Amino acid sequence: MSTDFDIAIVGGGIMGAGAGLQVARGGMRTVLLEQGDVGQGASGVNAGTLSLQIKRVKLMEYALRGHREWQGMGAEVEFRETGGFTLAFTDREAALLQERMTMKREAGAPIEFVSPNEVATREPGLNRQIVAASWCPADGFANSSLTGRYYRKRLIAEGVDLRERTAVTAIRRDGGGFILATPSGEIRVRRLLLACGGWLKQAAAMIGLDLPVRARVNTVSVTERGPRLVSSVIGHATGLLTLKQKANGTVLIGGGWQGLGQPGEGGDRGRVNAASVLPNLRLARYAVPGLSELRIVRSWTGFEANVPDFYPLAGAAPGIENAFLLGCVRGGYTIGPYISRLMGDFILGRETELPLFDPARDFIEEKQP
Amino acid sequence: MADAAETIADIAVIGAGPAGASAAIEAAEIGLSVILFDEQARAGGQVWRARGPAIRSAPSSPESRDGDVLRQRLDASAATRLFRHRVWQIQPETPGWTIFSAGPEGPVSHRVKSVILATGAQERVFPVPGWTLPGVIGLAAATALMKGEMMLPGRRVLVAGAGPLLPYVAHEIHRHGGEVVAIADLNLFGDWLRCLPAMARRPDLALRGAGWLAALRKAGIPYLYGMGVRHISGKCQVEHVEIGPVDAAWSPVDDGDIRRFDVDAVVLGHGLSPAIEATRMLDCRHVYDPAAGGWRVETDAAGRTTIDGIYACGDGAGILGVAAAPLRGRIAARAAAGDLGKTCATGDLQRDLATAGGFGRAMTSLTVPRAGILGQISPDTIVCRCEGLTRADVEAGISGGGVSPNALKSETRCGMGPCGGRFCRETAAMLTAAMTGSDIAEIGLPTGRPPLRPLPVVAVTGDFDYDELPIPAPSPL
Repeated sequence: MSTDFDIAIVGGGIMGAGAGLQVARGGMRTVLLEQGDVGQGASGVNAGTLSLQIKRVKLMEYALRGHREWQGMGAEVEFRETGGFTLAFTDREAALLQERMTMKREAGAPIEFVSPNEVATREPGLNRQIVAASWCPADGFANSSLTGRYYRKRLIAEGVDLRERTAVTAIRRDGGGFILATPSGEIRVRRLLLACGGWLKQAAAMIGLDLPVRARVNTVSVTERGPRLVSSVIGHATGLLTLKQKANGTVLIGGGWQGLGQPGEGGDRGRVNAASVLPNLRLARYAVPGLSELRIVRSWTGFEANVPDFYPLAGAAPGIENAFLLGCVRGGYTIGPYISRLMGDFILGRETELPLFDPARDFIEEKQP
Repeated sequence: MADAAETIADIAVIGAGPAGASAAIEAAEIGLSVILFDEQARAGGQVWRARGPAIRSAPSSPESRDGDVLRQRLDASAATRLFRHRVWQIQPETPGWTIFSAGPEGPVSHRVKSVILATGAQERVFPVPGWTLPGVIGLAAATALMKGEMMLPGRRVLVAGAGPLLPYVAHEIHRHGGEVVAIADLNLFGDWLRCLPAMARRPDLALRGAGWLAALRKAGIPYLYGMGVRHISGKCQVEHVEIGPVDAAWSPVDDGDIRRFDVDAVVLGHGLSPAIEATRMLDCRHVYDPAAGGWRVETDAAGRTTIDGIYACGDGAGILGVAAAPLRGRIAARAAAGDLGKTCATGDLQRDLATAGGFGRAMTSLTVPRAGILGQISPDTIVCRCEGLTRADVEAGISGGGVSPNALKSETRCGMGPCGGRFCRETAAMLTAAMTGSDIAEIGLPTGRPPLRPLPVVAVTGDFDYDELPIPAPSPL
């Protein structure tokens, strides 16, 4: 049966776009369908933190390689390797920091513990109440709002048929392939990759899969431009603060505080919850007292999909030949450019450099953070 | 910390201008508990702005008299009034809403059953070379200066743009002793004539306008129809301005008649658009309605938005002007009261609104932007002031694929500064429409987010104890 494309990728975030580039480079005729604009979901509205100190131990190898990818993407995504401090303000937090950073260091992140005095010397804008701190020279950040621009250009250059503002409304089997219904007509493809982040559950339902995906609704805030307050990425022992000041002087404040809403419930990016944004800003202001007088210009949210064990879905769709899933990557911004390339290799039938994460596994519930 | 809502009231009214204050008074008279918020120190909004302390004893004007009446009525009403409060977030609860604001005593929150938004209008100014020089201010901004502080925008002033504020502002500058070198109106005299039937239904307002024009004529101030600003220049501030003829689409025409004036200020404006930050943030449905000032929230005749419990009135729900605003406020208050189980009819008010609204609609029609106005924006003219982006920068972003408002932000940062796109959104949308052959309604709006106004971190966060921060369990290892 003749097909329009070797593969359709649903979702134009880092995952879908990265995999799309890899399969197109491998010779596949590729169509990428994105309901909005490329890189405008979680890939474009996250805080841009590239910190090994907040990566999961078992994903550290992937994060280290992802970090290298970002380094290569360089100025086009405003990559900066500033190094990062993680701070503990109480003895309890210091114990947590010690335990967590030791494990991450053993997993390969170049993390060291530093004295409060050293932190105060190197980052004079921080609160002096620090009890303990860690430092990772490889930490940094990129400008997530440039994700779309970066990938759009490359997808077009690699000959991917890029269809933005094109929602997939139904998927049905067609021999060994699939037919995707869109408002602008049907598309017949041989293979299918679902990489649509927060919408993975809804998309998978179109091919008869019930995935245990739930979106986290992460909150980020940004200030107006201000004088230099900090020069590295600032984190908190609990992982509930990420803060960095960009070259233009604006300060980005994140940390995974939860907003409201779920994909498909109206509002395509969730809503800000004051009960989250207030403690997030207070924690930031406590860590960096100079923030007080800067004005908050905007707080926003984006959906980050997760499964119960908080490990990625990356591999063949269970029981559905020629369909693949990629998503739910905790730390997906850092890891995305790398794991999406692995996914592309897998679809191309190549050996993957590191193992993928079989979506057919049994999910063991982790304690919900 | 003031995270938990302190008070429970029936209705919050956001904005104490003619619409909002009238809504609050009406709702309180009906017997509802009302909390009225405004960021200014006194009620009156923009048009009925209260005079600042330095000019309290200055002679009154029709606007200050109307404002004083409103303020007296509000003082006598049972509505709770929270001035100098900046509302930054309105959050759904089950049931009702929580209003988060930053006031003189720090951050507070209030739980209410319904919300009436009376957030007013914002000024629309289309860019022109030199418009970011000190000395260029908006028409509405000039009225605020003169009403609130009796301060002139400059000593020698050109007044330019479109709409009913042109003769008003020129007249006020002249009345306060400033020199108006000319008024450059993009509209033709014939455009004004077309408004006569609607104006005739409110002879009181029409006569005031005629009075301004007569005074300007008597003073020998030239009122130039079909003329637009070409170029504003000066070393560190405005020194010169050039105007020239425009065609019916407001495109600059290249046939001589360029006039040059030495001035120290240019007052420039192209009408008003509804302030829709709050309704966008709440995900109310919006419609593109150029005749009402552009994008406005969709409401029924009584001001109900597409979200239960959220009402909109006054210019924030579509520009109809100050004559309509108090009526719209009262109608929204009665609708909200009715939805909360009180019985109140709105028929009588709707009839008055038809007349007052007709006048406002005619005046707004003079400010509907025409496609040719983009011709006044040269490639190196700043379009997004906050981020310093020129027309050429924005157009490069559109060509690069930034054809939706969110994608254009990613491409260029257009609209990502402190103004949140208030100044550049419409120009950017018109440029996008022109380059992609789409229309503005299709292009849509960027996602609305809190805070409704930029606020200092300290104003939002207030006093707190580190040990009391509700820090959740850490993420999994």
